[in-house]
Amino acid sequence: MAKRAALYLAKYETPHDVLHAAQEVRKAGYAKWDVHTPFPVHGMDEAMGLSDSKVGWIVFFSGLTGISGALLMMWWMNGVDYPLVVGGKPPSSLPADVPIMFELMVLLSAFGALFGMLHLNRLPRHNHPIFETETFRSASDDKFFISIESEDPKFDLAETKAMLESTHAALVELVEETLQDDEADEEEEHH
Amino acid sequence: MSSRNRPIKEIGEVYLTKEGMSFHEVSDTVCTVTEKRAPRNWWIAFFITSTFAAILFITIAYVFWQGIGVWGNDSPSFWAWDITNFVWWIGIGHAGTLISAVLFIFRQKWRTGINRAAEAMTIFAVICALLFPAIHVGRVWFIYYMFPIPNQMAIWPNFKSPLVWDFFAVSTYFTVSLLFWYAGLLPDFALLRDRAMGMIGRAGKIRRLVYGSLALGWRGSHRHWQNYERMYLILAALATPLVLSVHSVVSMDFATSVIPGWHTTIFPPYFVAGAIFSGFAMVQTLMLITRAVYGMKSLITMRHLELMNKIMLLTGSLVGYAYFMEFFIAAYSGDEYERYDFLSRLFGPFWWAYVWMFGCNVVVPQLFWFKRFRTSVPVMLAVSCLVNIGMWFERFVIIVQSQNRDFLPSSWGYYRPTGVDVCLFLGTLGLFFTLFLLFIRWVPMIAIAEVKGVLPQADPHDVGEHSTEGSPGHEAAADAALAGGE
Repeated sequence: MAKRAALYLAKYETPHDVLHAAQEVRKAGYAKWDVHTPFPVHGMDEAMGLSDSKVGWIVFFSGLTGISGALLMMWWMNGVDYPLVVGGKPPSSLPADVPIMFELMVLLSAFGALFGMLHLNRLPRHNHPIFETETFRSASDDKFFISIESEDPKFDLAETKAMLESTHAALVELVEETLQDDEADEEEEHH
Repeated sequence: MSSRNRPIKEIGEVYLTKEGMSFHEVSDTVCTVTEKRAPRNWWIAFFITSTFAAILFITIAYVFWQGIGVWGNDSPSFWAWDITNFVWWIGIGHAGTLISAVLFIFRQKWRTGINRAAEAMTIFAVICALLFPAIHVGRVWFIYYMFPIPNQMAIWPNFKSPLVWDFFAVSTYFTVSLLFWYAGLLPDFALLRDRAMGMIGRAGKIRRLVYGSLALGWRGSHRHWQNYERMYLILAALATPLVLSVHSVVSMDFATSVIPGWHTTIFPPYFVAGAIFSGFAMVQTLMLITRAVYGMKSLITMRHLELMNKIMLLTGSLVGYAYFMEFFIAAYSGDEYERYDFLSRLFGPFWWAYVWMFGCNVVVPQLFWFKRFRTSVPVMLAVSCLVNIGMWFERFVIIVQSQNRDFLPSSWGYYRPTGVDVCLFLGTLGLFFTLFLLFIRWVPMIAIAEVKGVLPQADPHDVGEHSTEGSPGHEAAADAALAGGE
């Protein structure tokens, strides 16, 4: 089975170290890289130079769908399709619709928040080359990592390694992924 | 050196866990519970609770077969234990959302020790709650009439009915609580998956498969954390008004009717305060037990327990205020039915229920004014159990007593439950505790990633003994970048 360099993985012992290293990687001009931590590290958004999360927009539009969908549903069902007069009140009455409009707004927004987050993160994902190395198992426990993907235009086996080592990494490791047969052929043609 | 770079001790903050816990210790303490064999006490508890859960399912089968005529409900008590239990269980659920969402928004970091278990408790309590109205409809096979879907009678639900609001509120509440719980679990499932990677044998294989599937390929990426944190904040912001709306809507089931004792405007806030009060009592009971059985004292500290006791003192006093206000408004309204109803609560045939309610909910929590009682485990265990009993009686008094003394003396009555009522209620307790035991056995009972995030060494500016990084130049660069964001 052929193998291909997938990414460099650098390990750090503390949030402070990884935060500092992230700034260095960013300064070096890499694009396809990431930080892996067991919990969100404060200040990392700025250190990595990430733009604001888009989850809020997804939630806004799902909430809007919920609130207007609820109003439309109740207006059509109780007001148009089968006018229901209860207690002498108008068949369709806005004040009585408020609780359900609110509930459906919350319901759809919550779906939008969780599934929007998963969509933006491209999860669920069945596998990722980063899981090829045993070192990475502590990323959910107590170690902090930076990964630079081989797809990055600036990626260079020697230079990237040197750069990561200069960031006081506890360990720098090249992670390789095993290629499927057809992928391996493609790779050969490519070279 | 700015104050944020000084060790936690110097600026007078209190540790949220046992002092000096490392990230790995947090992972280990919580995860090993799901990895080791269950302790003997777990099996004993599981045997007892699952017996009660079995009683629940047998009773439900009996009720479906016979119809709900086997309950004690009869004119004038058309709502009795069933609705009492429903309101009680829903109320218990509220503390979970309060701890996970409201305390999150108020940045109460201590919530991380208890929020996972409290959220689980919410979900299980709402499951128990939903059983009662579902059975109470009588002909359960027509339950789809509640959904806004076309049915053979070509009629739609009446959206002006608070009972329909309630259906939407409670089912939304259940769904959102489940999403919130699962979202919080995602990084912890990834931790369990990674820990299972080294395990040998069939158990390891199953764990990799199950936790691996549940973790959805989570790899702790900060690009993911950014969206994740935003999602968590939004879910918390949505759950906060939701939790207030749910018990408000439940209270409107009563408040929009004309029965004396039900027809009051104080109900929504009064029900919400009571819900949080009873929920905290249930969280406290569960925490005290799990803490003792599983040795979680380093993560669920006395400080957590004391803070929860303070919230119980506050909400208990709010409930007490509502009790007095109900009497005042009854007197002030000049409505003789209302006045009679409230006098009857004190001196009528259900006086004993009122004594339980008032004693447990208003008098007992006042012990928590004293630090000695607030920090004593036996006292808080006793108080939290009594509060749960008291809150059950509160719902019983409101629901049953009011119906038994309405406008016409000729239609007065005295409600008595039957054995079927008792079995259903005890059965839901069994189901609740069975689900909770399964939860602490298989799911990380403490939000590991969140606890790690509030440890002192999680702060990247903390450059004390935890840092391997020596040069002051790095520090300054990091701080400058953080301050400016470049």
